[in-house]
Amino acid sequence: MTRSDRSQLRGAVAIVGAGESDWVGRLPNKSALTLHMEAAHNALADAGLRKEDVDAVFTAGRNMANEVPEYLGIRPRYVDGTQMGGCSFLAHVEHALAGIVAGLFDVALITHGESGYSRVGMPATRWGDDSNNAQFELIYGYAGPTTGYGLVATRHMHVYGTTKEQMAEVAVATRKWAALNPRAFLRDPITIDDVLSSRLIAWPFNLLDCCLVTDGGAAIVVTSAERAKDLPQKPVYVLGTGEAVSHQMVSQMPNFDRWDAAMISGTQAFSMAGIKHEDIDVCELYDAFTIVPILALEALGFCKPGEGGPFVSGQRTAPGGDFPMNTNGGGLSYTHTGMYGMFAIVEAVRQLRGECGPRQVPQAQIALCHGTGGTWSSAATLILATEIP
Amino acid sequence: MQTKVSENRGQALKPTPETRPFWEAAKRRELQIQQCHECGAHYFYPRPMCPYCLSRNVAWVTCSGRGRLHTFVINYRPPRHYASDSPYVIGIVELEEGPRLMTNIVGVAPDPKALRCDMPVEVVFEDIDENFALPKFRPIP
Ligand SMILES: [Zn+2]
Repeated sequence: MTRSDRSQLRGAVAIVGAGESDWVGRLPNKSALTLHMEAAHNALADAGLRKEDVDAVFTAGRNMANEVPEYLGIRPRYVDGTQMGGCSFLAHVEHALAGIVAGLFDVALITHGESGYSRVGMPATRWGDDSNNAQFELIYGYAGPTTGYGLVATRHMHVYGTTKEQMAEVAVATRKWAALNPRAFLRDPITIDDVLSSRLIAWPFNLLDCCLVTDGGAAIVVTSAERAKDLPQKPVYVLGTGEAVSHQMVSQMPNFDRWDAAMISGTQAFSMAGIKHEDIDVCELYDAFTIVPILALEALGFCKPGEGGPFVSGQRTAPGGDFPMNTNGGGLSYTHTGMYGMFAIVEAVRQLRGECGPRQVPQAQIALCHGTGGTWSSAATLILATEIP
Repeated sequence: MQTKVSENRGQALKPTPETRPFWEAAKRRELQIQQCHECGAHYFYPRPMCPYCLSRNVAWVTCSGRGRLHTFVINYRPPRHYASDSPYVIGIVELEEGPRLMTNIVGVAPDPKALRCDMPVEVVFEDIDENFALPKFRPIP
């Protein structure tokens, strides 16, 4: 199959189950693996499937491809532990699609669980003293994402005139969605001034430009479109997928005023889905920091390079705005365990099934999910829909 | 050759065989990167083959030490055990030779009004103990 034939994969598989851990937020009495387990349990119940039906397990994190099946008592005949950061689970959907279409397995369980705040049962994450990260970044007091994501914000402000007020618009709009979600961690309304006057973390980021740090889990079940017809939930078809990696250390990022990995993953997803941007009813764009959705909107082609700031202005992405985005309250206000991507997928599924109550986007039929991994290092994009066009 | 950068930084610096020449040069107050003799590209960080064309025909060269501040952040929350009079500036410098690297910008107030993307900078070396010197950059007046 050549690259131009990617569209033949459109709608080949569907998400037939989605679930989260029983609660998300601060969960000091649950280990990361228990959060995987609750999410998997709830997603399988949602799909109307038993764990014996699962023949492929996908998860991200060190050793997790071994640990998660053991903990759940599943002996998969196919495993994928691809770890490319918070968007790993979106990439797993593409990998599951490939395996199902190839006939290697029928039912894929993709799970996430992370005790990001309480740090219960979490693998060690420290870089070795002889790693390139330690020698060429950490030695300068590099503090990880709060500093790495900001390097792009500063350059984007310099090149395009993007402002901190425009970044704050994202935080304010996202909080309005969180106010409609009873599970959201932060629900009190905020203003642009609140964002600008919250304490500085790493200029140009103030505290309210930064995502939460919480505990939680989420999981989905993927199978063929054919099998999906026999299952209880309305299938959410996978119309388009894309993934890309451009670097690991942020100092190796090819361009600091655009998001190369997202440009690649988005192009793949749109070419496969065969739809236009205006066909999309709702977007779930991983918001590790307020600047990230702004760069994503540019990279995915919703606006031109440099126009992401004006695009989100005037609360356009808030409830009632003409561009519903991050409708669960996002990583900024709903929950952010460390690898948020799975929560973006679950929210898109719920929107497409019409299950979202007060935050439901009316007649949502096509959703776009997009994630980041590392520090702008990787990206993955999914286009999901209630029907195959 | 391995050292604690300083008691209060927590981050030890331990070169690999591939990176040791960079740190030995820094100790001599030279900023060295590698250049590919096949495609001509300069590159950083140290690797035994060119990341552009995968040639093994590469050599160490000494940089001019000048470049431009490509982008920066001003960090108010140092990592645990990283002693610093916060805030401090973490910058990405684009060297005259082309490659970019992460560094600290020193000799200037940690204030967005005092810093500007693309401002010219030059290397300075700061001894961090008896074994290692760290290349940092300061604005060229
Ligand atoms: Zn070369």
